[in-house]
Amino acid sequence: MSEYIEHDKNGLSVGVVEKKTFHFAEPPGEMRLESGASLGPVTIAYETYGTLDPDRNNAVLVLHALTGDSHAAGYYSEEDPKPGWWDIMVGPEKGVDTNKYFVICSNILGGCMGSTGPSSINPKTGRPYGLDFPLVTMGDMVNAQKALIDHLGIKRLLCVTGGSIGGMQVLEWCLRFPEMVISAVPLASTMRHSALAIAFNEVARQAIMADPNWNNGDYYSGLKPDMGLAVARMIGHITYLSDESMRHKFGRHLQGKKEFSFNFDADFQVESYLRYQGTKFVERFDANSFLYITKASDYYDLAIQHDSGSAVKALSTAQARFLVASFTSDWLYPTYQSKAMVQAMKKNGLDVSFCEIEAEWGHDAFLLPNDRLNGLVKGFLQRMYREIRKKGDVS
Amino acid sequence: MRFDLQIIASWIEPESKVLDLGCGGGDLLYFLRENKGVDGRGIEQVESKVVQCIERGLSVLQGDINEEVVDYPDGTFDYVILSQTLQQVYEPADLIQSFLKIGRKGIVSFPNFSHWRIRLQLFATGYAPVSEQLPYDWHNTPNIRLITLKDFRKFSRDVGFHILKEAAINTDSKNKEGAIVTFLPNLRATYGIFLIGRNL
Repeated sequence: MSEYIEHDKNGLSVGVVEKKTFHFAEPPGEMRLESGASLGPVTIAYETYGTLDPDRNNAVLVLHALTGDSHAAGYYSEEDPKPGWWDIMVGPEKGVDTNKYFVICSNILGGCMGSTGPSSINPKTGRPYGLDFPLVTMGDMVNAQKALIDHLGIKRLLCVTGGSIGGMQVLEWCLRFPEMVISAVPLASTMRHSALAIAFNEVARQAIMADPNWNNGDYYSGLKPDMGLAVARMIGHITYLSDESMRHKFGRHLQGKKEFSFNFDADFQVESYLRYQGTKFVERFDANSFLYITKASDYYDLAIQHDSGSAVKALSTAQARFLVASFTSDWLYPTYQSKAMVQAMKKNGLDVSFCEIEAEWGHDAFLLPNDRLNGLVKGFLQRMYREIRKKGDVS
Repeated sequence: MRFDLQIIASWIEPESKVLDLGCGGGDLLYFLRENKGVDGRGIEQVESKVVQCIERGLSVLQGDINEEVVDYPDGTFDYVILSQTLQQVYEPADLIQSFLKIGRKGIVSFPNFSHWRIRLQLFATGYAPVSEQLPYDWHNTPNIRLITLKDFRKFSRDVGFHILKEAAINTDSKNKEGAIVTFLPNLRATYGIFLIGRNL
């Protein structure tokens, strides 16, 4: 797989990779969703890197955040200028070392990068689902991932890891399928959204729904709600950065000019950056998927979903060993939320490591080059790999 | 490994479960895992040291020992270790009581403030003593508690815990090598190490 070698400071790339699809839940065997609705058939887009050991004990499942996809690492072609979203972490000799581990990453249910979501064709109508797509939860996304893992013939995962709402899915894996998860690494994550996080998501959703082109989610044959989705992305972007990182990156610098234009063009670099991010985003993302996934993340509450409200009791069924990491400047999923998770794990006597990493990049820090984060993940995975071998703990 | 840690390691039963409070870069935990098959956990405040530990494959969490020690279920550990940190603890009695709840036994080591060099410095110069073991001035020291071996024994009676074993040691300047002191330990030892347990 490594015809294409990209050198970077964290090691080599996995090279050219291919997106694959897995189909299941063909009617009448539809997937039962937490809402009570059923969905089928379901397609899950996924990629794999590295080689599965003969004893099938080196699989690492990577779970993406809101706008990610199955393309965690590598390139789609020799000419592809941009690697997958976590190429700094996943690859030969990197944090998740593809020379050692078999890495799987799939697009979440409800997404728009190859997995079934609101932009997929509803078999009952022959048209895109739009708002007829049922609301899916983090639990539903994890159930779909479980179907994929079963399909790949993997009984236990050496590690399940992901950042942000990928981290919510990590936690959900540990509670839904405790015997399958040897270790878990939720990064910059939380057991539930704060009111602040829900508020930002709601403003982003309102921006989409206020776009006349949204048309109650039925826009696939005409103009798309690009402006609304772009604004939603801009709001998201602000919450992923931090005061400090924005000051360093943009300050009050003007974009390509020396004086104010005295109109509403993008004067400041930060305005220009947000507009660019917004415009770029609409090329690749579906507005309805944005609505569905943000709603699923707002609904998520580990303690309520697995107990009447106690995170300690909810986590009592987990068996995984944990590495939890947060970032100092993350104000969307602040450290106190990771610490609450760690505390509940400790109260259950679970093996948990925790580090608050000094980083100025806000919530997005888990996606950016960080030697400390890479070192943590690498060391933790090596330990898990060694322990499972030592114990002869094979499935 | 530091000499006091070597003594501590020699007191720990193989295959036991250990919590190291203020574990630094994880030297003791690493040694115990490699040589005694110990299932170890650590708590450390400094981010770079936490990262160093986890990179070495140790289970360590970042935080303040006084806060972190309370979350574990009672009796989780066979030993809870507090090496060369007691002199920096704000509420030592509370901390020791918390860790004797979560562990069956505790091991505590600290620099001995009644070493003859310290006594002589104060007596002869009139300045607050500065030693290799306590190398700070009064205004910048993290070592807010000045403890002697005798003080610790009295402390055990006041607080109500049991001293099961003790060693007084005299170490070289890098603390890598040293010897057990049996003759006049309160005067001649640079560090004291105590194995403690709950009162029956």
